[in-house]
Amino acid sequence: MWDLCTNALDTAKLRGASYGDVRVMHLRQRDLTTKNGQVGTLAQSESIGLGIRVLASAAWGFASTDRLTREGVAACAAQAVSIAKASALAKRSAVVLAPEKAYVDSWQSPFRKDPFEIPLETQLALLLAADTEMRRVKGVTLTETNMQFRKIDSWFASSIGSRIHQRKVISGCGIVATSFQGEEIQKRSYPNSFGGQHTLQGYELVESLDLMRYAPIVAEEAAALHSASRCPEKFGTLILGGSQLGLQIHESIGHPIELDRVLGQEANFAGTSFLTLDQLNRLKYASNIVNVVADARLDHGPGLGTFAYDDEGVPAQCTDIIKEGKFRGYLSNRETAHLVGLERSSGTMRTESWNRLPIIRMTNVSLLPGTWDYDDLIADTQDGILMETNRSWSIDDRRYQFQFSTEVGWEIKGGKKVRMLKNPSYSGITTEFWNSCDAICKFDHWTLWGTPNCGKGQPMQTMGTGHGASPSRFRNVRIGTAFSKQ
Amino acid sequence: MKAAAKTKKASGTNAGAAELLHERELRDIVDTVLRLAKSTEAEETEVHVDEVADALTRFANNGIHQNVAEHGLTISVRTVVEGRSARATTNRLDEDSIRSTIEASLSLARSQPKNPRLLPMPGKQRYRAVRRFIGRTAALTAEDRARAVRRACDLAVKKGQVAAGIFSSGQGQTALGNSRGLFAAYRETRSQFSITMQKDSAASWAKANSADVRAFDPQKLTARASEKAHRAVNARELAPGRYTVILEPAAALDLVGFLFYDFAATALEDKRSCLNERMGKQLFGQNISITDDVYHPLQQGAPFDGEGLPRQRVLLVDRGIPRNLVYSRAAAQAARKEPTGHGFALPNEYGEAPMNLVFAGGDSSVDKMIASTKRGLLVTRLWYIREVDPYEKVMTGMTRDGLFLVENGHLTSAVRNFRFNQSLIEMLKNVESLGPAVRATGEEAFEMVVPAMKIRDFHFSEVTKF
Repeated sequence: MWDLCTNALDTAKLRGASYGDVRVMHLRQRDLTTKNGQVGTLAQSESIGLGIRVLASAAWGFASTDRLTREGVAACAAQAVSIAKASALAKRSAVVLAPEKAYVDSWQSPFRKDPFEIPLETQLALLLAADTEMRRVKGVTLTETNMQFRKIDSWFASSIGSRIHQRKVISGCGIVATSFQGEEIQKRSYPNSFGGQHTLQGYELVESLDLMRYAPIVAEEAAALHSASRCPEKFGTLILGGSQLGLQIHESIGHPIELDRVLGQEANFAGTSFLTLDQLNRLKYASNIVNVVADARLDHGPGLGTFAYDDEGVPAQCTDIIKEGKFRGYLSNRETAHLVGLERSSGTMRTESWNRLPIIRMTNVSLLPGTWDYDDLIADTQDGILMETNRSWSIDDRRYQFQFSTEVGWEIKGGKKVRMLKNPSYSGITTEFWNSCDAICKFDHWTLWGTPNCGKGQPMQTMGTGHGASPSRFRNVRIGTAFSKQ
Repeated sequence: MKAAAKTKKASGTNAGAAELLHERELRDIVDTVLRLAKSTEAEETEVHVDEVADALTRFANNGIHQNVAEHGLTISVRTVVEGRSARATTNRLDEDSIRSTIEASLSLARSQPKNPRLLPMPGKQRYRAVRRFIGRTAALTAEDRARAVRRACDLAVKKGQVAAGIFSSGQGQTALGNSRGLFAAYRETRSQFSITMQKDSAASWAKANSADVRAFDPQKLTARASEKAHRAVNARELAPGRYTVILEPAAALDLVGFLFYDFAATALEDKRSCLNERMGKQLFGQNISITDDVYHPLQQGAPFDGEGLPRQRVLLVDRGIPRNLVYSRAAAQAARKEPTGHGFALPNEYGEAPMNLVFAGGDSSVDKMIASTKRGLLVTRLWYIREVDPYEKVMTGMTRDGLFLVENGHLTSAVRNFRFNQSLIEMLKNVESLGPAVRATGEEAFEMVVPAMKIRDFHFSEVTKF
């Protein structure tokens, strides 16, 4: 693979590129699903190819190919240079990259059980057994289960001399029970919606989920939601479960801190950000107990945003985003770092595949644990609603105003969970919401959740991101708007 | 390796467009796979070959900042053994890799219980020809796109605005064959121009999409977005509530586009469609008729489905009454109906869907709608639309890039963006007038043929800061 990389970089240089980086990637994937006791999808795929990004005439060009011969790679590199020269026809300013060292390294994400070595029969048997357990519950009209495994090898080389090989193994698994009754469709997912939990782990993730224990629970809750009371409309106290809070972090902190959005590079599609450059180190983003980091290091956990180097050859880092409530940092790359006074990229350039350009992406954007025990938090809440497991999510294109609904809510009265609520939702303005946070549970209740479906860029790229969170409490939140008939 | 030896994978040596394989070469790949599968346990084999050569020029802050091109070809093999079926996909074309892919498919297939709904693969079919490959689009180069972008950015600079957007072009083809003699092939070109013009906190947007790059003029789209961005300054805040809205085609598309899977027979069988227990009833207004029609001149896409069945034109909603669904072969057998040629590639759990929706238009227009409105809102674009209630089909989302107040037949001011929570079923009961149906393109739904719509009592629940 290194020969292909060298060939590409040499060709680019010969054609006039002043800088180049190249990725050869080999992606393998296995997908298994069941529905109502039958196997749904059973597929595996592999894709291998090369993508090269070059600077020529101080403008960017990128080309990719699956023709991994000397001729194919050389043609691809030459095309990238030609495209860069075309870019220069409508260049606004010369691209300047923050300095970075050259690295020669090889890294593999740790896993205990290679999911591709586990017999398919074992994997399907578990999914079908969980499916059967859910279908035993009266009122359940649709049962779905899934597993997804990926193994990604990437060989990165750049014209400054880096040669980095990384191998990542990613696993995902989840189950869903749906119930149609009267004029309602209700559902419950475990351990999360979006296909469950997804981490940078092997099959040990699946084994840790204990699907057989939770299958009847989610099925019973899905059926029970029909007879639950409707979530009221009011301003009140809200407790978010960890996975829902993970998505809240993703949408209202993770996206607005992307420097490409801040600088208008996503204005036509993903949108911009309310976090204009003058807000750095000034904005009171959240209450004093809120600390958020963007941490791609393995020390943070096996998240979907964990790696050793980003796709620009910059080592994984931990960046303070919110420290004691104050806005402290953006997600940057080598091109944008200097615009916020940084000497170096924060290492967040990521690509979906060999045929996509690396762009600024969330890594693991996590809310650090607080001090509360979960039971104490519930006991301390006189009147509130606990919401768990995302059902819908939406936020404006500058990331101010959001609305989420969850699969289930629980009314809390006098420090106790007293009854189930259906159709829960809440909404608000990002900074007002985060400034209303008055309790965060401790590390015992903290999970690094995986969001596997983050879309960004044109052509669209889907990326996995990590979000550590523990249940947390927010005051005076607008509740129940989504289902309002006003 | 034989299959690859006969192919000349495209990869241009300059910024020009790539050349796709000839249909004959696609057939050679299909035949190679079927030949190799004959010497395995596979009782039946199906092959999909897909090739894409796409390029996209992206600009922001009045200059190009990303500019990409890709070429790829994949071979996807589905085998059947003893009533079991599975799929494996690769982009390696040598015979050893193809053999491995066939074996992987068989290994996956053998690992599962028998599928009682699995049908024998279909035999040879006849297809209606569609022509959606336009040489001018295929020939578009990075320089062509850069020059058009330069002109758009120059206009933005002249107007004191900031432009961001994309200009993309590309081509793709697919071939599908199986061991029962079915063979289908289709190729198309595609092009798209999208632009956001910004002036401080105000912005507006225009976008077009076609197989033929000559079907739209990037400079006219730029001028339109620029003019609307100029109008979008000094947005005033209005109270949330129910408003008459005029949805431009892109806004209408991004909402009604969320209805498509509800017309899948499998979605009804699974009881996750909003049409469960509502078929044959007057669900929408009498001015709402919806057809799925891949042959419509403004549509794109192959005239066959994931199993190679010819796509049929299906009347889904007739004057407000849901009349018909679309069926894959398996769903049709379960419902004792005829398949309509809308199945996804097998195996899958979703069955089928209408992918070429065409809404009936009307004799109004956006200008007429504005002129006939005493008080309402003109909506350019919607954003981040998600389903809140799947049975009442309540959708939430935001307005974006140009929301304007209409008073006494005129646009009077820009308005701060709203969040909506709106049932599509209720909305399609409240359509007061329709414009001509056009090929609309947004960001939330795939392209369809839809009209602008004037709708009463549209529910905005909250307002944002800009």
